[in-house]
Amino acid sequence: MMKPRAKLGDLRPALAFLTPNLFGFLLFTAGPVLFSIYLSFTSWDALRPPHWIGLGNYVRLLGFEDTPQGWRASDPDFWRYLGNTFFLLLTLPLNIAGSLMLALVLNQRLRFQAFYRLMYFLPSILYGVAIFFLWKYMFEPNYGLFNAILGRMGVAPLRWLEDPHLAKPALIFMMLWLTVGGAGMIIYLAALQTVPEELHEAARIDGANRWQQFWNVTWPALRPATFFIFTMGLIANLQWSFDVAYIMTDGGPFGSTTTLAFYLYLKAYRFFEMGYASAIAWILFFITLALTLVQWRRSGESTL
Amino acid sequence: MKFTARSLWHIPLLLLAVTMLMPLALMFTTSLGTARMALDPGESLWHIFWPRVWHWHNYADVWRGNVGLDPRHPAKVNFVRYYINSSVVAVCVTVGNVFTSACAAYAFARLRWPGRDRIFVIYLATMMVPAPVTLIPQFALMKHIPEWLHAVIPAVDWTGLRYLGTSDSAPALGRLVGLDSYFALIAPALVSAYGTFLLRQFLLTIPRELDEAARMDGATHWQTFSRIILPLARPGLATLAIFTFMGTWSNLLWPVVVTNLEALFTLPLGMQEFQSQGGTEWHLMMGASLLMILPVVVIFIAGQRHFIRGLTMGAVKG
Repeated sequence: MMKPRAKLGDLRPALAFLTPNLFGFLLFTAGPVLFSIYLSFTSWDALRPPHWIGLGNYVRLLGFEDTPQGWRASDPDFWRYLGNTFFLLLTLPLNIAGSLMLALVLNQRLRFQAFYRLMYFLPSILYGVAIFFLWKYMFEPNYGLFNAILGRMGVAPLRWLEDPHLAKPALIFMMLWLTVGGAGMIIYLAALQTVPEELHEAARIDGANRWQQFWNVTWPALRPATFFIFTMGLIANLQWSFDVAYIMTDGGPFGSTTTLAFYLYLKAYRFFEMGYASAIAWILFFITLALTLVQWRRSGESTL
Repeated sequence: MKFTARSLWHIPLLLLAVTMLMPLALMFTTSLGTARMALDPGESLWHIFWPRVWHWHNYADVWRGNVGLDPRHPAKVNFVRYYINSSVVAVCVTVGNVFTSACAAYAFARLRWPGRDRIFVIYLATMMVPAPVTLIPQFALMKHIPEWLHAVIPAVDWTGLRYLGTSDSAPALGRLVGLDSYFALIAPALVSAYGTFLLRQFLLTIPRELDEAARMDGATHWQTFSRIILPLARPGLATLAIFTFMGTWSNLLWPVVVTNLEALFTLPLGMQEFQSQGGTEWHLMMGASLLMILPVVVIFIAGQRHFIRGLTMGAVKG
């Protein structure tokens, strides 16, 4: 029979080392996750106690109603903002393509490689309110930099952030500036070092041109890196879509830059529908999860 | 130097580098101009990037918070206070998070105990959960903590505003706990599953023989941890510290949700005070922006190696 001491192993010292962390984890992460599941089934205004309504929030979010004018979404805003969320997620493939291109160019043995890398990387570490105000200033229709440059070329001023058709592309452009030389490029540069030279050699001997070499050798070898960049970018995208809406556009014009993350904030803190907002949070979670799984399947399932 | 076709790459690369830097250059030059110049649509492109006069005293105005286009209604922005708040919060969070993560990483990577892997999987699972999910419960927690503490220890005034000193002009320190407190800004970030995960991975790369030898020599776990493991894990600690500091420094959502008290604003919140009804004074706003990103640039340059290792650690094997 085993001695109890051996069974428990280092339990006592482990508890001593783990306690501060575990306490914070249970109180501020694990507990809130569970409580959030509960809240998403309630109606709660943060004043009176939550009131259980079952699937009510989810039905209101995702449901459709039969009206005399035909079927209508019970929360049309949700579907619009879902569309906005996916539109702004276009930043991700653009960012992946751009940072891969930069990494491929910089991976050739070029002079001043370190200088270029630093210059491209610099904006990405500066992420934050300061940069968003800078771009708000540059997008200003009357005296911003973009219209000043366009004006010299004879183009009439554009109302970048005040035009519902321009606002989202303008924000995507800003985000590309912020991230195209950032983590993605650095990760691709590191990953390119691990692609075995012999594979390229073999492909060349088989008569593959440079494009075929890239498509059949380099790109598959970069799959783990691509998956990682995609997943990281997905979670970061939720955060910046809130920050940008809060600082630059207030979700406008006419809700055209309100994403689900900002909608959640509006519902919770301007309309005090905390239960409804919690349901939005879980839908966001499932979208993130689904996209991650799809990307995981595509990257060959062997990457993790 | 030999000229090759490859050298032609320098043309687009250099152009791109200039494009990437242009917005930052604009931030710098605007901060040295005047309010009129920043709002002048007819300003020549050359003078946008090369102010006629360099008004270095703008930075004194930013620092003192002398804002307000209309001299009859001068506004005052408490920029120094936001700067101090941001620094206090970021430093406390960074030190605390690195400490709790390192301790837990030691338990997960170095000690054997029942349930270890199961608990670690729960940590990993929560890393997939986006921040909006925990936002509302964390807010609710902060809202109710004073009541709960009051029920346990009624002798302490948990909800009253505290001041530094007793004079009428004493700066407010917020409440002890709950909403509008430093506690709310700091406490939830003191522990992170990400930090625990990162340092556990790092500790796994340190050879076991080192701490086993120490244990053989009769060192306690705490001695092994603090004298052997922590010094060897220094690069990992630096990586986590840099990430945590930068993340906290730029965090907007959480301070927005838990602080209404102007005295507790961190920089991301306080920067908005430079916007006013009469129009934004962009030269001051850009000066404040520059001062806000300065620590980030300094930390990045000092810890570039650690930063880049942190980025590539999870993504590239070997």
